[in-house]
Amino acid sequence: MRAVTRPLGLVCLLLASSPTLAEYQLNLEPGVTVTSQNAYDIHQIVMWICVVIGIVVYGVMTYSILTHTKAKGHKPATFDDNLTIEILWTVIPILILIGMAIPATSALLAMEDVSDSDMSIKVTGYQWKWHYDYVGEDVSFFSNLSTPMDQIKNKEAKTENYLLEVDNTIVIPTGKKVRFLFTSNDVIHAWWVPAFGVKKDAIPGYINESWARVDEPGIYRGQCAELCGANHGFMPIVVEAKSEEDYLAWLSEKKTAQAAANESGNKTWTMDELMAHGESAYITSCAACHQAGGEGLPGAFPGLKGSPIAIGDIAKHIEVVVKGVEGTGMQAFGPQLNDADLAAIITYERNAWGNNTGDMVQPSDVKAAR
Amino acid sequence: MNAVVEEHHDHDHKPTGLGRWLFSTNHKDIGSMYLWFAFTMFFIGGALALLIRAELFQPGMQIVEPEFFNQLTTLHGLIMVFGVIMPAFVGLANWQLPMMIGAPDMALPRMNNWSFWLLPGAFGMLLASLVMSIMGLGSAPNFGWTFYAPLSTTYGPDSTDYFIFSVHLMGISSVMGAINVIATIMNLRAPGMTYMKMPIFVWTWFITAYLLIAVMPVLAGVVTMMLTDRNFGTSFFDAAGGGDPVMFQHVFWFFGHPEVYIMILPAFGIVSSIVPTFSRKPLFGYSSMVYATASIAFLSFIVWAHHMFTTGMPVAGELFFMYSTMLIAIPTGVKVFNWMSTMWRGALTFETPMLFAIAFIFLFTMGGFTGLMLCIAPADFQYHDTYFVVAHFHYVLVTGAAFSIMAAVYFWLPKWTGNMYDEKLGKLHFWLTCISANVLFFPMHFVGLAGMPRRIPDYALQFAEFNQIASVGAFVFGFSQLIFLYVVIKCVRGGEKATDKVWEGAHGLEFDLPSPAPFHSYTTPPEVK
Amino acid sequence: MSVQPDNQTTENPKIIGKLLIVVVAMFGFGFALVPLYDVFCDITGLNGKTGDKVNFSTAPTVDESRIVKITFLASLNESMPWEFKPQQSFIEVHPGKPTTISYIAKNISNKNIVGNAVPSVSPGLAAAYFQKTECFCFTQQELKAGEEKIMPVTFIVDSELSEDINEIALSYTFFTSKQNNEDLADNTLTAKSINTFK
Repeated sequence: MRAVTRPLGLVCLLLASSPTLAEYQLNLEPGVTVTSQNAYDIHQIVMWICVVIGIVVYGVMTYSILTHTKAKGHKPATFDDNLTIEILWTVIPILILIGMAIPATSALLAMEDVSDSDMSIKVTGYQWKWHYDYVGEDVSFFSNLSTPMDQIKNKEAKTENYLLEVDNTIVIPTGKKVRFLFTSNDVIHAWWVPAFGVKKDAIPGYINESWARVDEPGIYRGQCAELCGANHGFMPIVVEAKSEEDYLAWLSEKKTAQAAANESGNKTWTMDELMAHGESAYITSCAACHQAGGEGLPGAFPGLKGSPIAIGDIAKHIEVVVKGVEGTGMQAFGPQLNDADLAAIITYERNAWGNNTGDMVQPSDVKAAR
Repeated sequence: MNAVVEEHHDHDHKPTGLGRWLFSTNHKDIGSMYLWFAFTMFFIGGALALLIRAELFQPGMQIVEPEFFNQLTTLHGLIMVFGVIMPAFVGLANWQLPMMIGAPDMALPRMNNWSFWLLPGAFGMLLASLVMSIMGLGSAPNFGWTFYAPLSTTYGPDSTDYFIFSVHLMGISSVMGAINVIATIMNLRAPGMTYMKMPIFVWTWFITAYLLIAVMPVLAGVVTMMLTDRNFGTSFFDAAGGGDPVMFQHVFWFFGHPEVYIMILPAFGIVSSIVPTFSRKPLFGYSSMVYATASIAFLSFIVWAHHMFTTGMPVAGELFFMYSTMLIAIPTGVKVFNWMSTMWRGALTFETPMLFAIAFIFLFTMGGFTGLMLCIAPADFQYHDTYFVVAHFHYVLVTGAAFSIMAAVYFWLPKWTGNMYDEKLGKLHFWLTCISANVLFFPMHFVGLAGMPRRIPDYALQFAEFNQIASVGAFVFGFSQLIFLYVVIKCVRGGEKATDKVWEGAHGLEFDLPSPAPFHSYTTPPEVK
Repeated sequence: MSVQPDNQTTENPKIIGKLLIVVVAMFGFGFALVPLYDVFCDITGLNGKTGDKVNFSTAPTVDESRIVKITFLASLNESMPWEFKPQQSFIEVHPGKPTTISYIAKNISNKNIVGNAVPSVSPGLAAAYFQKTECFCFTQQELKAGEEKIMPVTFIVDSELSEDINEIALSYTFFTSKQNNEDLADNTLTAKSINTFK
């Protein structure tokens, strides 16, 4: 008996001590758009019909199991067909299905109406981050997971939005019909925000579209919903819905910030500036594969600590980062990051973790190498 | 000629040694090999699942890297689908079909041997890629058992080409097996056994075999297209060359959807054999069971894109596939009602096979309900690629197909071995398995609805509690299967002698044979009235 | 050795033959799905595949009463080292009226690169009604190092386009042409030339 209760007790202790930072969610959420509400409503209808059918079916079976047993001395009947009842239990389900199909059809038609949008955002899936481009506004940026590696590796306590937080959120105005246009840079991804009821595949070479009109300001989180490689579970989506004024303010702030970042490519940076900026940019864009400590993952992603590339010829190092390495998982970061970010990252890689080459790479060096 | 043959039978002469198994043309031996192969793969695929559930026990990455996690989920799926469920059903077909129709063996005994022996080769290759991955020599397949392009083509690891070869071998094995089943059923039935007098298990396998012949070649086609895309410069699925990744999904699911019916129709046949036996009543609605099975098989060809609602299909397509999928609920419902009516006013007893069969009816129906929910396209946008789908297919495949296989083994083991299995241990195995399977898979509905995607190695904090519960269930489930292994081995080696009829309510030609069934049986066909 | 009824020598081969034909046919069917898929897309206009250029023998009639807004998108696949964007993001047109817009592509690398542009139209149902009389889709486009090219697209929105649709997005994605990779092999860093795996 002890052999059972002790491990059982341990398991209960384990369960009781786990972090309980959120309420249990048992059901779908209604969400904040007409689409999500439609999905929720039809889900409820079908689910409750199934529950009722289940109660009837399971009830009949349970009754039979309890009453019609040999142990109770029940003698077996001999019937093996009954046309009336067979017709009934074919026709009644057909009617129930039609009853489900009608609201399902109207829900679907409402969800797929993309016309008359107020603005468009192009969403591109990358391995393993999202890129957002406000069409016609000249605002575009990458959105990377911002949960620190230390939390993922269990070296630090996990914070509330673990795995559902990003460095740059996408912002949309409330009360406007936003059209999302989806594509991918590499493999198939899927963009999903449960609160919007929007899930669409992002397919390389093709465009898909969906829409959302959010009336409530707030922050809404989602995840990639199509297996896309190693870090499929680590490319979340965070959308902030703001009032139209706040959205426009954010938009113009973003434009200024972008212009400044481009300008930073023209100045000369100090070693300290390069290292500081390089470290945070490295964590965002490189650490997922090469790890925060530069040790890489043997057999999958090479280490940079003490690596011939990071200590050797600078021009070659720049080329690897900017152009990528054909036939491996090393993407070209030239198209994804600006000169300043790249210069800082390369400088960081050449000096961190004991590499200590003392080399500084300036944004202009990167620009020349493109 | 007959006289010589009769003498042969009096000795019940069996070959011996390794040759008996390598060169076997005997349906009983080949059936046993398929079943042992499936059982072994069940433990291997199960071990991979336990690794997965161990990693998912808590948020954070504790045990494996994300890249390796993807390999685990991929191989778990491939092994369970192609290495456990399908071979186990083929093993049951091999053992039972000839005896049930009064035939001496399968129609093509030598091809039967090749069908089996292809499998250890195919899976050896697949498992070797996993071993090599653990040794740091490159990834095993890591793109999910559904291997969508371009993740599996342009971005697939080197082992992908071996995966393709493996799939070709498994496909050839299945197709040869299916041809054998059809030839056996069409040509070798005992005189007097018309089609509508065949046992229902024979019918379900007959229809399954046609499904196999129709769709396994399509799978072969799609992996061949993958092979040429990867190695010979074609662009079936590569947008750069004018191809289309979504077309991969169409061709794959054209195979994939009938495939899941291939994995459940024999289960329906098994349950339809067991329930009447332990109800001591004939199967209710035999002919409608046959028609229902045939309609399910036919409908399975026109529903495939319900796996693709989020790919950007136009509304007309979504509506068509939603309606056609909803239709499948009708014949499936008919079957469930027929089983219930078989039990109704019977004289039920609850030996282990019946326990598994009843659990099948309850829990497969549960999976059927979630299947109905999933096919409602507007709701599917929230369910697709989440744990809600994972819950659905594990209910129909584990508490559905796998339970039916366990039921069948308990049901027919006494006939195969001549010994009764240990009923107490069998019941223990059942209760542990049934309860832990629900602890494992039911919470997945909740986390799926709450927003947890599938195929992720780490998750947000709100999903933690239910994942923990599921992981506990998984370990109990996994280790409980060792009881099953023990029961089977113990029964093979000895036990209370089984009668010919084995079960009080048993019917069928196999129960007219002695227990254990002789190595060669029905060399003279019986008379069927 | 098992005993088979006498008719097995004739019945078995017949069935096996028929079934093998089915097997081969279904294998072929898998491959046939490829062109069938295209035919189905052509006929129904589903999936957003736009065809190649079309020629109009007579000028189509312009429907002044309707306006359709076209959004232009440009994407680069993987690490394609080009800059690629439309000259304008939107345009409003009347169905039936030919309109020309341009995309600009610039090769910002120091190697000559051949690209392949893949078009896509959304919503899928609009694809059949979005007809291009001049475009750069599916043809190899070579840009020398540093070269910039203007690529025009002339299109007409068919006035048969469903009344429900008043917005169409046209996207081009540039891929590096496969043939290109062979030419680049000498110059590009490959996994072999970098011995990064210790």
